Amino acid sequence: MHPIISVKQLGKQYASGHSALEDINLDIHKGEIFALLGPNGAGKTTLISIICGIVNPSHGGVTVDGNDILTSYRASRSLIGLVPQELFTNTFETVWATVTFSRGLFGKPANPAYLEQLLRSLSLWEKKDSKIMALSGGMKRRVLIAKALAHEPKILFLDEPTAGVDVDLRRDMWNLVRKLREQGVTIILTTHYIEEAEEMADRIGVINKGRLILVENKHSLINKLGKKQLTLHLQTAISALPNGLDHYELELTGNGSQLVYTYDVHAQHTGIAELLKTLNDHQIDFKDLQSSQSSLEDIFVNLVREHA
Amino acid sequence: MNIYAIRAIYLFEMARTWRTLMQSIASPVISTSLYFVVFGSAIGSRMVEIDGISYGAFIVPGLIMLSLLTESISNASFGIHMPKFTGTIYEVLSAPVSPFEIVTGFVGAAASKSIILGILILATARVFVPFEIAHPWWMLAFLVLTALTFSLFGFIIGIWADGFDKLQVIPAMIITPLTFLGGSFYSINMLPPVWQQITLFNPVVYLISGFRWSFYGVADVSVGLSLFMTLMFLLICLFGVWWIFKTGYRLKH
Repeated sequence: MHPIISVKQLGKQYASGHSALEDINLDIHKGEIFALLGPNGAGKTTLISIICGIVNPSHGGVTVDGNDILTSYRASRSLIGLVPQELFTNTFETVWATVTFSRGLFGKPANPAYLEQLLRSLSLWEKKDSKIMALSGGMKRRVLIAKALAHEPKILFLDEPTAGVDVDLRRDMWNLVRKLREQGVTIILTTHYIEEAEEMADRIGVINKGRLILVENKHSLINKLGKKQLTLHLQTAISALPNGLDHYELELTGNGSQLVYTYDVHAQHTGIAELLKTLNDHQIDFKDLQSSQSSLEDIFVNLVREHA
Repeated sequence: MNIYAIRAIYLFEMARTWRTLMQSIASPVISTSLYFVVFGSAIGSRMVEIDGISYGAFIVPGLIMLSLLTESISNASFGIHMPKFTGTIYEVLSAPVSPFEIVTGFVGAAASKSIILGILILATARVFVPFEIAHPWWMLAFLVLTALTFSLFGFIIGIWADGFDKLQVIPAMIITPLTFLGGSFYSINMLPPVWQQITLFNPVVYLISGFRWSFYGVADVSVGLSLFMTLMFLLICLFGVWWIFKTGYRLKH
């Protein structure tokens, strides 16, 4: 199966000399939710903007469902819907006028029934005759999504879709994204909220300083790069680790009241039993213990730090 | 050809006109009517005829041209500058539309507004001043050609301008003075010989002269030359727009 989006050796250098993207190679599969993570200025928006035709690439190429974005721009762009990061709206227009405009702009004949259903699904139907300037920030975000979906795209780009929106709206958007995926829409989202990627994405791409440093299935990424930790809350604080515990990956925290043991989640032999026995031999008692697995956020932070 | 996109842009732009009817149509019609009241009926009745035409009737083509030029530029420059300013231009740039379709939508709407305005001013002028149109088809041709050309020019200004203040610079500082000095209120034959030569460097002279010829059959310069100069300016503007989309100047990084 050929990828729905294929990015090959894509680079972007601005006139100022700033290199925003360097040799990006990326395939997006049909029907998946792909999350692009990266710190501010990493190149996420530039990458999306090039694929959508807003920014010209300096070198390399992109195809969308086999259509080159430069030579077959009509075919490629008609497949894509874009929800930008900023709340770019036609302030003086009504909701209905602006989504009607979007549908026509992307070459689709009028379809009031579809637009009505779309606005209803986004809880915008009651506001269809309201001017956009009268809407709240969250509602404006919904309008942008409605505009992006007005021409029934097969691919949806969501650039920081939940930045600055409340928890309810964020949950609504996640539900919408899942529903779209069920309908076969491929979704590419950039986000600062690792929780969002962890919740929704099938695959994760991490971009930093214009370079794609990792693309991985979400679960295998967590399994591969994730660590488990066992935290022991000591009965009595200690000032240093006793001899004989050197070969364990131990860290003394909480002013000597906690021992944190990091171990490989996949190792057949975690060493927990031996550690507890050794602690007992050294008469180090603990009153509580807990284990935790590193989140996608921990993995992301470590990755970006490594490639800083 | 993405006809739906052209239609969408055109209707979207025209909707702005109807929404701002006072500013878009009524305001220029009222201010031009005041010119006719003052120069046509009040002062004009005491002025001598020019080329056998009463002064009130003589200034009709020039005043229509003045509104046509400034409104064409203003409509088109605002139409494209607004989405640039608000950021909504992202949608046009990411849509499956060619530069030709984008320009047709924006410039077509701007030119339409100007033509409607020109016809309204013409009808208003007829209330104050009696006149006949000798070559109505040529009058319409000059009207459409000028509206189209200066809407294209306005489109270029809208792309070039990096703030709303700059949108006003060229219409206020260049177009209005050139129109006033281009024979709106007088025949260039009334100027001293040296100024008659200098004024020929003013492109608006050719527009007004050709337009006035279509009304009264008299012109400061030959009608062929007027048509040629208008078409030349149209070609220059088309080249400018082509270059903008070719290079992405102030549209795309």
